[in-house]
Parts: sequence; C-alpha cells; structure tokens
Amino acid sequence: MVGLVVTNRRGEERAIDAAEGLSVMEALRTGGFDEIEALCGGSCACATCHIYVDGDASAALDPMSDDENDLLDASSHRTARSRLSCQLTCAAKVAGLRITLAPEDQ
Amino acid sequence: MTRDLAFDVVVVGAGHAGAQSVIALRQAGFAGTIAIVGDEPEPPYERPPLSKDYFLGEKTFDRLLIRPASFWEDRQVTLILGRTVLAVDPDGRTARLDDDSRLAYGDLIWAAGGAPRRLTCDGHDLKGVHYVRTRADVDAMLDEMDAVEQVAVIGGGYIGLEAASGLRKLGKSVTIFEAADRLLSRVAGPPISDFYACVHRDHGVDVRTRLVIDGLVGENGRVTAVRAGDEVFAADMVIVGIGIVPAIAPLVAAGARADNGVWVDAFCATSLPHVYAVGDCAAHENVFAGGQRLRVESVQNANDMGSVVAAALTGAPRPYGATPWFWSNQYDLRLQTVGLSLGHDALVVRGAPDVSGFSVVYLKEGRVIALDCVNAVKDYVQGRKLVEQGVSVPILSLADADTPLKAFWPTD
Repeated sequence: MVGLVVTNRRGEERAIDAAEGLSVMEALRTGGFDEIEALCGGSCACATCHIYVDGDASAALDPMSDDENDLLDASSHRTARSRLSCQLTCAAKVAGLRITLAPEDQ
Repeated sequence: MTRDLAFDVVVVGAGHAGAQSVIALRQAGFAGTIAIVGDEPEPPYERPPLSKDYFLGEKTFDRLLIRPASFWEDRQVTLILGRTVLAVDPDGRTARLDDDSRLAYGDLIWAAGGAPRRLTCDGHDLKGVHYVRTRADVDAMLDEMDAVEQVAVIGGGYIGLEAASGLRKLGKSVTIFEAADRLLSRVAGPPISDFYACVHRDHGVDVRTRLVIDGLVGENGRVTAVRAGDEVFAADMVIVGIGIVPAIAPLVAAGARADNGVWVDAFCATSLPHVYAVGDCAAHENVFAGGQRLRVESVQNANDMGSVVAAALTGAPRPYGATPWFWSNQYDLRLQTVGLSLGHDALVVRGAPDVSGFSVVYLKEGRVIALDCVNAVKDYVQGRKLVEQGVSVPILSLADADTPLKAFWPTD
C-alpha cells in the first residue's frame, strides 16, 4: 500500500492507503473523495480528475505527457502543481505524496 | 425483498446518470432516503470501457465501478439490484417492480437509459449474436472469444468501431457492415468517416458500407454467416451496434409526454408531477443544438443532467446547459468531440487527416458549433471556447492548422 495525504475541496485533510498499481484517480475514488468525477474513467480524455500535487514525493511522479499538459489548459484553476490524477500511478516512490483536489471547473 | 418500501427519492437506473444524481444529491446535503433500482446485478459502473479496456482484459471489472460498493452504504443509499420497474403510478407516487413489490417515492428520477436496438432479421436469435451495453453482454462475448476467428460487426457507429478495433488487437478477422454510405454518418462529418474507414482498413478490417444485412445464417443454433442480398459473409460471431431504444415504456404508459425519449424541461422535469428524467432517455431542448429537442447519448450528458436534477431537488434549480463532449478510443487514436455537429452547414479540416493529429471544425451560419479532434488535444481544448461562445471565424482562417484556435477567442 502507498500512503497519500489528501485535502478535499472543503479543506479537510485525510490520509489514505492506496493499492500499488492503481492510478491516483482510482485511489481517490476508492478513498471516498466523491468530488473527483473522472468522467472518462482515466483515459486522459477530459480534465475532471484535476489535482494539485505537493511534497517531496511530487518530484518522483510520472512525467507529464503533451496530452495531459494540453488538457490541463482547459482548467481555469491550473497552477504549476496541477496534474490529472488518472495519469499518476500509485507506487512506492510517491509514498507520502500530498494532494489537494482542484476546484470544480464550470 | 423489496416489498412495499418508501423513499424520498427513487432513482430508476444504475448507470452514469442515476449514480451522479445520487452522488450530487448527497453532495448538496440532501438528507432524505434514497433508493437506486438497477436491472443489472452490479452497482453503478462505467460503460465506456465495455467496448475498450474491459473488452481487451486490460481492466478488471472492479476498476470500472463508479464508486466502490461501500460508498453507497456509507452515503445511506439503498441499492435494489437485479430488478426492473414495470409501472409507475404518478397519482399514487409508486413504482411497481418485476417482483410485484411497490416502492413509494417522493420524487422519481428516471435514469433507465436504453436497450440496444435489436436485429429482427432471420437468424437474429442465433447463438453468437451479441450486443454491447452491459457487463453481462461483454462477458458472454468474451466467453466465446477463444473459439472465434471471424467477426461480423453490424453498425459502423462508435460502438461498432471500438469493438472492431479491440477485435483486431485480439487477432480476429473483422468485417464492419454499415447500411449508410459512410461510417459514423449520424454523428460526424465525411472527413472523419473517411479517415476512420481508412484507419480500419489499414488495420486489416473489411469495411462495407451501403450494405444492409438481410439475415443471419446458422448451423446447430449458432451463427456461421451473415447475408446481404446475394452475398454471404462467413462469421462465427456477430456484434451488433445499431443504436439504442430509450427505456421509457412505464413512463409513457403513465401518460408522460414522449417522442424518441421522454420529454423533459430545462430542469429535467417530465410532464408528470414529481417525475424527472436524465441521461440517454431524456429528450431535452439542447442549447448547443439551437434549442432543438433531442437525446444525447454520452457520459457527459448523463453526468451533467444528474447534477441538474439534484440541484432541482435541493432547492437550487439551475437549467441544463452543459457543453457536450465525447470521446472515442480506437487503435492509437483518441477522438475528442466538443459541441454537437448536428445541423452544421459547413465544415473545415485543420491539418492533414493522419495519426499525427487533425481536427474538423463544424459551423452553422458562420459560427463554430462543434469540433471533432483526432489526436489533437490542443484543438479540443482551445476549440471548446469557440463552441461555447458561438464564435464566428472565417473558414480560411480556421483551415490554417498553424494558427492555434485560441487566436480566435473573443477578447473579453
């Protein structure tokens, strides 16, 4: 299991344990964060699983593809810490990753 | 047993629309009792992977669940699965199930989607004939797959094309039969149709258009071929993707206004009191189709209508006006659509139609109404604003693929 620390849209922080190999999006969904819509189911076709990443572990994340980069441009809440959680894999090297759910895009 | 229970909200249908209605109700703080009635045994799951990752065995079923099974219990949502609603009594506010029990409701959200349109020709009931709508449909198909060599895909829409793509990956020989003169004729313009026909042919698929299947041929109860006029094509499996029929019979019988879907207003209310409808089965006046009444079969529509009905039921009504979007994965291609191309009077191709990426921009009376983007995420993202604001752009300017679409964004 990989430990993640998640802050939801109300600012509440909670630690979750995610199974290795799942995407971070799936870990959030399984962890009961129902603000994560992830409408395309993780195929990098929408931007409804937008998160901010933080902490030392964020340096170990899978690099961003051009498609992910372009899709993130669809969000008016993009920052330098933005990622699509469906494109990140839960692995030992990202243990302790701090995640904040990005605000909903209208 | 579900005998004669009462809920503040009863949701009929456990697909994307039903699930999101309930998720959004609880997010909005709705504290009443909720039941979801689903005709399949599984809790709500994502349907798109049925013709993609799940079909290929790249994702197990539990990864398709829209929420983990425990979520519904945590949110105090009663799941009544494997049951169908047969009748609705809008005066008594009850729904009768196929086990003869009755559910009393305060409000009813009809999210029953649709059933695959069935073949009716000779041989339609042979073994080896499959549809792609439910997990059970796909599991039945996969159970037979090892023994299958030649597959006839009937219907050249997205479901059929995605199935063909998966079947090629599994090494099957595939023929697509489309009755119209081109693939995707109901949903996309000719440049997209032509491109996908080429791609499928390059991957070894036999693409047959203007060909109507007259009958299926079988031996010992199992399909062995399909017949079109004088031509016979060997096939040991048939996959049918020719659209859906909205599942609205109980509402129609109860007197709901309907015509190709149950009619809803901007807040997803039907003509029956305390009865709402969302998702594939809801015929609504869509602002992205110039107010034309239609049904939209997509995850986006199901999800956003679910949010609209939840808002209406929690005292914060807002009309449905979400931007339509859609995606389809085939081979190494990702198609992303924004807007509704229905009724376009012009189209522009940006870039050369090949795997390195291109897009088709649809216009009506000079305004951008939709885009189909193939491996062209930038155009999809930047074109969205052109669709949402109905921007007028000269066709020649749009055709220049080197000019990013954001160059045409209106200055606020």
